[in-house]
Amino acid sequence: MTLDRAAQTVYTMWLREMIRFSRSKSRIIGALSTPLFFLVILGTGFSSAFQVRGGGTFDKSYLAPGLIGMSVLFASLMGGVSIIWDREFGFLKEILIAPVSRFFVSLGKAIGGVTTAMIQGILILIIARLIGIHYVSLWGVLAAIAVMFISGIGFIGLGIAIASKIESHEGFQMVMSFLTMPLVLLSGAFFPISNLPAWLKILVYLNPLTYGVEALRYCLLGNSIIPIWQSIIVLVIFSMAMIALGGKLFGKMRA
Amino acid sequence: MLYAIETSGITKRFDDVNAVNKISISVKPGELFGLLGPNGAGKTTLISMLSTMIEPSGGSALVWGYNVMKDADAVRQNIGVVFQDTTLDDRLTGRENLDLHGRLYGLDGKTRKERIKEVLSLVELTERADAIVKTYSGGMMRRLEIARGLMHHPHVLFLDEPTLGLDPQTRMHIWDYIKKLNKEEGVTILLTTHYMEEADKLCDRIAIIDNGQIVALDTPQNLKNSLGGDVITLGLGNPGDVDKLCNSYQKEGCANIITQDQNEVFITVNNGERQIPHILLLASQAGIPIISVSLRKPTLDDVFIHYTGRAIRDKEVSVMEEVGYKMRSRRK
Repeated sequence: MTLDRAAQTVYTMWLREMIRFSRSKSRIIGALSTPLFFLVILGTGFSSAFQVRGGGTFDKSYLAPGLIGMSVLFASLMGGVSIIWDREFGFLKEILIAPVSRFFVSLGKAIGGVTTAMIQGILILIIARLIGIHYVSLWGVLAAIAVMFISGIGFIGLGIAIASKIESHEGFQMVMSFLTMPLVLLSGAFFPISNLPAWLKILVYLNPLTYGVEALRYCLLGNSIIPIWQSIIVLVIFSMAMIALGGKLFGKMRA
Repeated sequence: MLYAIETSGITKRFDDVNAVNKISISVKPGELFGLLGPNGAGKTTLISMLSTMIEPSGGSALVWGYNVMKDADAVRQNIGVVFQDTTLDDRLTGRENLDLHGRLYGLDGKTRKERIKEVLSLVELTERADAIVKTYSGGMMRRLEIARGLMHHPHVLFLDEPTLGLDPQTRMHIWDYIKKLNKEEGVTILLTTHYMEEADKLCDRIAIIDNGQIVALDTPQNLKNSLGGDVITLGLGNPGDVDKLCNSYQKEGCANIITQDQNEVFITVNNGERQIPHILLLASQAGIPIISVSLRKPTLDDVFIHYTGRAIRDKEVSVMEEVGYKMRSRRK
């Protein structure tokens, strides 16, 4: 397959995700509402009750990067496992029968899903700014968007890998609840990860989302517990591994 | 290239059942070829192999000169497929579905625009092209799928049960489109169906397929002629008498072909109207009550019963069909 054809395939799959995304306004509102409830209600409640050891308040500013990370996680995992829906409603066959490389099909799907995840992340970023959260610099905000992209690619690759293995949409519900909640709760989105008991620390440090949230926190607020370069390295390796895995399993998938 | 589709001994094994068992067919370019058989006969499995969706367990197949296993991408570029179940994106408009398809097959913007216009007018969907597919009726969706299958000028079009689940009027419309595109676009078409009438009306040649094997292959007319003469159908009050009656007719040698199905006996004879009194007389001599008699020209149903020993019925669940059903539900 020529490079031209590969680019065309990626673009086509991306375009489809964009058209579908633009038609599902209720889904966007629904996806935004959860992190915003957390941000406004939980953030306000926390700040009146806790002080972080060693200075600084544990308030809605602290929560914002975690909630952006959470919504990127949800949106990209959803984007990946939407392949299950494509199979359920038959469209997957149309893709699988086309004379194009499966890898570029899944790459296009991934980039489409990541774009929607980034749009949601950026919307939260903007809304958080409007309710009074200050970011350190414009460069930091741009870097945060790049972090959303890298971690989004990783989770969408994971989503595609899962979708290629799961045969039914019943299984999807189970995976989503067994995967997303532990990932979010063990990521340091809702608590500082500096003084954790050993067992919890291990789990938190094994969680890829932790590095996404920490990187976002560094970019937006200027401080993080895990050094930024460490987070970036982990995220890049995670994303490349997941997209390779997703592409490989999708390639073997049967309609 | 002599044939648009050529298979030799192609076989597909699921667990311990041969869903397709050493089938060899040759379809000429421009031909409208039908695979006729009951649900679970192996038609869809055969189409899936020819369209590179699944790999054969044995034998080989060439589609438009390309090997379906070694040259899958070349095969895909040259075929259009309309599956039994819808494969449209129902959140997109008809036009968007066609456009995405064109992009996946590498058509440039100008070609896509022109071709979309052409295929939409071919299936008469121009007016609804910008409506979301979700709002389409079943017949419109099927037409859109046919249009989409034609987008990239395929040489061979596979239609798997193109009118399944459609009302009679829509079905006749779809037949018109199929005939039209076979003639106007010169596309070679391989369609599967379990509707006798559909195969009879549409196809240049038909292969009757049962339990994964071809039992007869010819033009519809030749298949019907092969039975010879007229068909007399005798309805029996007591199904237990069927064998007895067949035996007594056989002994008398009064028919070319005798077939049976539950409580009916079909006798193919020359000069049917003159034979009825004789046949009834034989039945009453054998002491077998007959409750109905009819006389007609042979149809493909008779051909099918003759070759497979049973009629096509939707309710009939053979072992093969159960396997097919399990395969489908496993996929979901």
